Amino acid sequence: MGLVRLLGGWFLRFLRDGGRMVIFLSSALLWMFRPPLKWRRMIGRIHFIGAKSLSVIVLTGAFTGMVLGLQVFHTLRKFGSEGFLGSVVALSLIRELGPVLCALMVTGRAGSALTAEIGIMRITEQIDALTVMALNPMRYLVVPTILAGLIAFPLLTAIFDLVGIYGGYLVGVKLLGVAGGTYFGEMQTYVDFEDITQGILKSLSFGLLMTWVCCYKGFHAEYGAEGVSRATTEAVVMSSVLILVWDYFLGSVLL
Amino acid sequence: MVTIRNLHKSFDGQWVLRGVNLEVAQGEILVVIGRSGEGKSVLLKHLMGLLKPDQGQVIIDGVEITRLRGEALDRVRERSGVVFQGGALFDSLTVYENVAFPLREKTRLPEMAIREKCLSLLKQVGLAGMDHKFPAEVSGGMKKRVALARVLTMEPEIVLFDEPTTGLDPIMVNAIHRLILDLHRRVGYTAIMVSHEIPEIFGIADRVAMLHKGVVVEEGPPEVIQSSTNPVVRQFISGDPEGPIQPD
Repeated sequence: MGLVRLLGGWFLRFLRDGGRMVIFLSSALLWMFRPPLKWRRMIGRIHFIGAKSLSVIVLTGAFTGMVLGLQVFHTLRKFGSEGFLGSVVALSLIRELGPVLCALMVTGRAGSALTAEIGIMRITEQIDALTVMALNPMRYLVVPTILAGLIAFPLLTAIFDLVGIYGGYLVGVKLLGVAGGTYFGEMQTYVDFEDITQGILKSLSFGLLMTWVCCYKGFHAEYGAEGVSRATTEAVVMSSVLILVWDYFLGSVLL
Repeated sequence: MVTIRNLHKSFDGQWVLRGVNLEVAQGEILVVIGRSGEGKSVLLKHLMGLLKPDQGQVIIDGVEITRLRGEALDRVRERSGVVFQGGALFDSLTVYENVAFPLREKTRLPEMAIREKCLSLLKQVGLAGMDHKFPAEVSGGMKKRVALARVLTMEPEIVLFDEPTTGLDPIMVNAIHRLILDLHRRVGYTAIMVSHEIPEIFGIADRVAMLHKGVVVEEGPPEVIQSSTNPVVRQFISGDPEGPIQPD
């Protein structure tokens, strides 16, 4: 009986929290189409999520491409197919690793900070202050952040992919001796426009997921430093898990 | 102007308000006193429309606001202002930008007019020359004065004060009270204030209401409250640890 009650309580909490999250997103999406859009805030958010994540994205992109180049080269050499190195690196990055790793890195860097910022606004009554001024916090805080995520994630992913491809080139061509023309030539043959759109679609959905979860958790942070700290941890963990789960579902639908 | 009728509110089965009844006339300063955790801030949040009651009504100028949502509620909110306990200043904006914020967002006034109005208000609250500072760079008392200036930019008819002097030194407490009173005389707003500052609040209140165990146990002009025979009120005013109110 105790176990049933425990599971029932857990399930009801899951339904309640899930429902609240969906209502939060629906409300944000509705406010997205109600002018005026807060352009200045949105540009600030793009700078915060996008421009400030650039160094970490370039660094992780480069090393992901380099590791990929190294590992794939040694695997392909067993079959005498080193010539496919460029296409394998590019396809892995564009379809899968670029959007996912980029999203995880940005979640760690910007998502945690977003939750903490909104959480502190919640506990210091700044969100209540907006509400009582008859200024909807969704319009001021959430909509610009979600739009910034939708703009910044595909751009960061494209940069991640590009740097990763050149990282693979550095290892495969410059260090391991694959012909430069073959590296890019095979890439042109095997990478379709569809692969690129799949990558963009993934990065768009990850941008929405991360900003949605992080804003929601910040908005519902409980009081005190501990409440904000818990909200930040939950936001990063939940965003990261949802990104990986959604990546699988999207991948299985799009393939 | 403001009528609170039979207001009930509970959180997780625990009753905080058990039938609060209050009337506030136009232009009046009502101070709500009571121990911490007695629901004073919860009462204010109902007046701001931030909380919905389990039962009861909040009527502002004939409009029952507890059932309002969205734009209808915003129209009521536009006529009032709130000075939060910690000031609730936007910490990414300067003092000036905080004061200018409602005007920039809610009006189409040219920047010159906004600047003139905000600097004049900052001067009125004794913060001339502090406009470029960030909230983190000013003292607690200054933050409350900035919050008051920000509220007054929109010329509200009702101002709600949530413990506007908590955590300030006695000189600053009196300075803030004097400022609230001066601005009240000049602007003529109706004020509802939650405060612990005994006996200072008797100098600024038109009426005082004491909240205890979720209901108003006594209300009236300061002199009536000061000479109250109600043991709860007497103990609270005297700060005596012995009496019907037991320390936690």
